[in-house]
Amino acid sequence: MKHDKIEKNLGLLMLFTMVVISIGGLVEIVPLFHINDTIEKVEGVRPYTPLELRGRDLYQREGCYLCHSQMIRPFRDEALRYGHYSLAAESKYDHPFQWGSKRTGPDLARVGEKYSNEWQVQHLVAPRSVVPESIMPNYPWLLKNDLAFADIADRLRALKKVGVPYSESKAEYEANVKEFGAEVAEMLDIQKAQENLIKQAQSGNYDGDANRITEMEAMVAYLQMLGTLVDFSQYDEGHFVQFR
Amino acid sequence: MSNSNQKSGGAPSTGHSWDGIEELTNPVPRWWIWSFYFTVVICIIYWIIYPAWPVGKSYTTGTFNDITYNVVNKETGEATEVTTHWNTRALLMADMQRGKEALKQKAYMDEVSKASFNEILEDPEKMAFARSLAKGIYGDNCAACHGTGGTGVVGLFPNLADDDWLWGGKVEQIQATIEQGRHGYMPDFKNSFNAEQLDAVTEYVLSLSGHSMDKKKVASGKRIFNGQQGGCYYCHTTKATGMVAVGSANLTDSIWTVADVQGAASLEAKKAAVKTVIADGVSRKMPAWSERLSANDIKLLTVFVHELGGGK
Repeated sequence: MKHDKIEKNLGLLMLFTMVVISIGGLVEIVPLFHINDTIEKVEGVRPYTPLELRGRDLYQREGCYLCHSQMIRPFRDEALRYGHYSLAAESKYDHPFQWGSKRTGPDLARVGEKYSNEWQVQHLVAPRSVVPESIMPNYPWLLKNDLAFADIADRLRALKKVGVPYSESKAEYEANVKEFGAEVAEMLDIQKAQENLIKQAQSGNYDGDANRITEMEAMVAYLQMLGTLVDFSQYDEGHFVQFR
Repeated sequence: MSNSNQKSGGAPSTGHSWDGIEELTNPVPRWWIWSFYFTVVICIIYWIIYPAWPVGKSYTTGTFNDITYNVVNKETGEATEVTTHWNTRALLMADMQRGKEALKQKAYMDEVSKASFNEILEDPEKMAFARSLAKGIYGDNCAACHGTGGTGVVGLFPNLADDDWLWGGKVEQIQATIEQGRHGYMPDFKNSFNAEQLDAVTEYVLSLSGHSMDKKKVASGKRIFNGQQGGCYYCHTTKATGMVAVGSANLTDSIWTVADVQGAASLEAKKAAVKTVIADGVSRKMPAWSERLSANDIKLLTVFVHELGGGK
């Protein structure tokens, strides 16, 4: 019998098993890279600023994603609670994305600007001091630790490698000015990453401590921009249906 | 592997035999085979009615399964019907516009949007609707800071469940607060006062709400409060009753929203609490909600908050 060969050769069996299983994933995923409407054409979506990016790194370090998703699904109950459903375009610069449906805590896709910076700080340090019924752990060290950002330029470079348009050369910078406007393009300049991070931290003062740049600074800066990039009032109600 | 071709149960052996357990060539049960064919048929039906196969840069969109919803033109306010192939986004549009619950809610919403605040407050049915709907809106958006019962957090977020209102407790004032947000601000005085002056102002402020304090310090504190050096009266007024226009607190009642005087065990602790606030100042921000919530939602929420603490 022919399958004797596969059944008796472990390497071959593993290889063929993987091939068969990947077909299931590939037929669902690969076409999405080619279909025109996968990523909606929408104004406002931009890569993260250096400070926001560090905040996102901390979000992942602390495992926030284990309890919080960042994906509002197109259901009535979610629309009423969280707002407009998430667009594919809104997470196109995310590596890795923060989608999911495991929600021990609420979805955070549109938490930006929903609460004040002071609330975010207080809530991260001691969640139960503001929401007594909360089961979220305390993250007091975010306020104690100084933010490490010496390697911020390398972090941007790494993301550039996977396609996020941070700019290194003059030509890339010009392309960003065209795509995002001068102000954002400035923020995406890898040479100026550290300078930009410090500038945003000082002008935003997200942690309420003007003298230091703490990890809290980056975390709150990140949380406060989530879901705020697209101005949905610009678009007709049914606009994003056309992309499906 | 055994070479035995011995028949068992009538079916021939496949020739596979492991530790004496032999695999036969019995066919799978008929019910199983038919179930399998059935799933294949269902699969084909799915391909026909739902978006399924990628074709070049597009895909087959499915048929017999269209969804119709309304799109309201932003400028003209005209509604046009749009019909599209099945997809979850259109399904949501249709559900929000034509779903059973949505229609039920819309009927109430239409009435609410036409009604004035007084009409809502006086109509028990509209109030019942406001309470039930706004409770959810409050829970999703406001409760994080002000607490599920509206009691807030002393020092951070004002209590909405009492009848003391920093920014005014009339419905119109509450509505304006929700729509625009508020920034409660008091400068810090740690550089303008020396320790003695800070102490005096603290004594004066506590004396206003009926605490018996050192008379001499109170008198000098009052001078600073109402003089150019403190300038406290700019916002708190010379009577220290506060001003709704700037959200400054009434210092003459026993309600404290920033310094935790109620929670302090001793007079010394109360003084320390007030001192910290005067020295460090206050900056409390409430976000604006007009972008996030609809006008009707804010209207209902206003009524809900108004009722929480006995509005004015």
